Amino acid sequence: MAPTAAVGEAQELTMVQAINAALADAMEADDRVVVFGEDVARQGGVFRVTEGLWDRFGPQRCFDTPLAESSIIGSAVGMALRGFRPVPEIQFDGFTYPAFDQIATHLAKYRSRSRGLLSMPVTVRVPSFGGIGSPEHHSESTESYWVHTAGLKVVVPSGAADAYSLLLDSIESDDPVLFLEPKRRYWAKEMVDRGARREPIGKAVVRRAGETATVVTYGGLVGTALEAAEVAAADEGWSLEIIDLRSLVPLDFETIAESVVRTGRCIVFHEGPRTLGMGAEIAARVQEELFFNLEAPVLRATGFDTPYPPARLESTWLPGVDRLLDTVERSLGYDHG
Amino acid sequence: MDLLVAEGLELVQLIAEDGTPHPDRAHEVAHLVDQLPALYETMVVTRELDEEFVNLQRQGQLALFPSCRGQEAAQVGCAAALRDTDWLFPQYRELGAFLHRGIDPGGIGLMWRGAWHGGLGLIERAVAPMSIPIGTQALHAVGAAMASTWLGDGGVTVAFVGDGATSEGDVHEALNLAAVRKAPCLFYVQNNQWAISTPLADQMAAPSIAHKGVGYGMPGVRVDGNDILACMAVVEQAAARARAGEGPTLIEAVTYRLGPHTTSDDPTRYRTQAEVDVWLARDPIARCRAYLGHLGTWDDSLEDEARAKAAVLRTGLRAAVFDAPDPSPLELFDHVFTEPTAELRAQRAELAAEIDRAG
Repeated sequence: MAPTAAVGEAQELTMVQAINAALADAMEADDRVVVFGEDVARQGGVFRVTEGLWDRFGPQRCFDTPLAESSIIGSAVGMALRGFRPVPEIQFDGFTYPAFDQIATHLAKYRSRSRGLLSMPVTVRVPSFGGIGSPEHHSESTESYWVHTAGLKVVVPSGAADAYSLLLDSIESDDPVLFLEPKRRYWAKEMVDRGARREPIGKAVVRRAGETATVVTYGGLVGTALEAAEVAAADEGWSLEIIDLRSLVPLDFETIAESVVRTGRCIVFHEGPRTLGMGAEIAARVQEELFFNLEAPVLRATGFDTPYPPARLESTWLPGVDRLLDTVERSLGYDHG
Repeated sequence: MDLLVAEGLELVQLIAEDGTPHPDRAHEVAHLVDQLPALYETMVVTRELDEEFVNLQRQGQLALFPSCRGQEAAQVGCAAALRDTDWLFPQYRELGAFLHRGIDPGGIGLMWRGAWHGGLGLIERAVAPMSIPIGTQALHAVGAAMASTWLGDGGVTVAFVGDGATSEGDVHEALNLAAVRKAPCLFYVQNNQWAISTPLADQMAAPSIAHKGVGYGMPGVRVDGNDILACMAVVEQAAARARAGEGPTLIEAVTYRLGPHTTSDDPTRYRTQAEVDVWLARDPIARCRAYLGHLGTWDDSLEDEARAKAAVLRTGLRAAVFDAPDPSPLELFDHVFTEPTAELRAQRAELAAEIDRAG
């Protein structure tokens, strides 16, 4: 299961394997990198993301913790303070909430609290978001909490190659990173150039160029947006530009702006509830800075302001190709002459 | 004598309340006694500076101050039994430990003035920034202790918490994690009987805080927190045990907060003067002085020197804090990340312009 490619070799990997490769490469490169969490060592993680690290790097570098999320993050703060680069895993998105205080109160603020003397080079990996039919509390979109908390970088890869590169960047960052892994893309394969880096954290990427409207998205919905763009091109003749944000903090607003100036239309596409989601922030920024470039209001195709639904209802609840294209159509319906 | 073995968890006391030495154990702590004159001075200085902090608050120079009056022996005794390189993770009432570490009281004062969070000048002395959310720092201490093991630096890490903090989930998680990992970590609980207005009886139903050690798989020890020698002896043994790789210890230092929770609190609303009087009679500083008298090593010049040093430090504290200039508000943007984001740079400029306009 664990990838065997040597550094410098390109290989087709799932996102799970790519993250595993990044962890192994980071641990190999820097012995201050430690990986820990619930079931990450013996079992290699419930998604097998950390498989083989315990065997390869030993129980000091990769270990299982008691079932206590606050202690996973709180102890990481102490390790970072003593010079280590912890990469804790919180097993599922919904279980970051017991650790919320340590993340918001300490991990995010330690640099400020110490007036810049202490860094918190901690990368919190969180299997995140919905779409795989999980039980309650296993499909949460938590990004707005972290984005709203000063001092945290928030990184959301959309595919295996980006996951590999962005995770290495995150672990090397002296700032704390919430690394949210879209579970629904865990098994999607992509060529990964092991050892090579792609665009850094803070740089969005245009995944598909277009002129009709700009779709801003991230994580698991990038693939859905690309699929929608194909349908829209075939059925309607629309040319959608798809922007993959890759990191929410720092936000690459320049790439969004450059696109919206050309298309005049912007739709933000994310899984989490609409109110105060990333869509709200991006819509606010676009209207603040690009008001006279807009042909239509910034619209949002998102989840709803309800708790995440039971698995049988999730395909209806989640924003998919249809909701996105309906929203594009609504945008195109605006005409202020 | 092994102080860490629970003898029915009776209170470890080496100096009786009237200052007389323990009849059987004096020889075992002879190596600690030499330090007492210097520690007496630190306790006196702690009390005097504590008073000065309260004065400064009353004069509107500090927003708030949490007095540690009555807890000087518990704090100074603990710090004195450690190495200066052992990391301390304080809450916010550890003035005695800070002073023993040589931390500039001005850096503490600037926190309570509201000039910067966490206090200044602590980290340089292996003391983490003061932590206001109760008990959260205990987990940092465990992580730091685990790191110490990996670094092989022989360090011991101390989490300072209070009786109220033992109700917090983070403290439970910290005790459990430290025990599982055999981390060289001491949990030093100053049981000062009151969590603001809530007495210990409303905080827990356990026979004592130290008893909880059993449940986590670590020694729990109750020590008379107003007996500086006992605090030193217990911490010394627990630290030696931790350094030897034998894991953490839960220490309950039984003491009393003679003052209010903070300068914003009125303790007459929840406790009686009669109760306070009982503890006033157990004053840790007077007890140390009486003990030195019993040993025949007391000299009035000790008192004079301590008061003279305190006077100098009080003046220094006032100079550092009184009408101290505020930091630049623009500095707030500098410490959010290693490199500010585009948004932070823009917002910094926005505030700078606002300040300029205001003149």
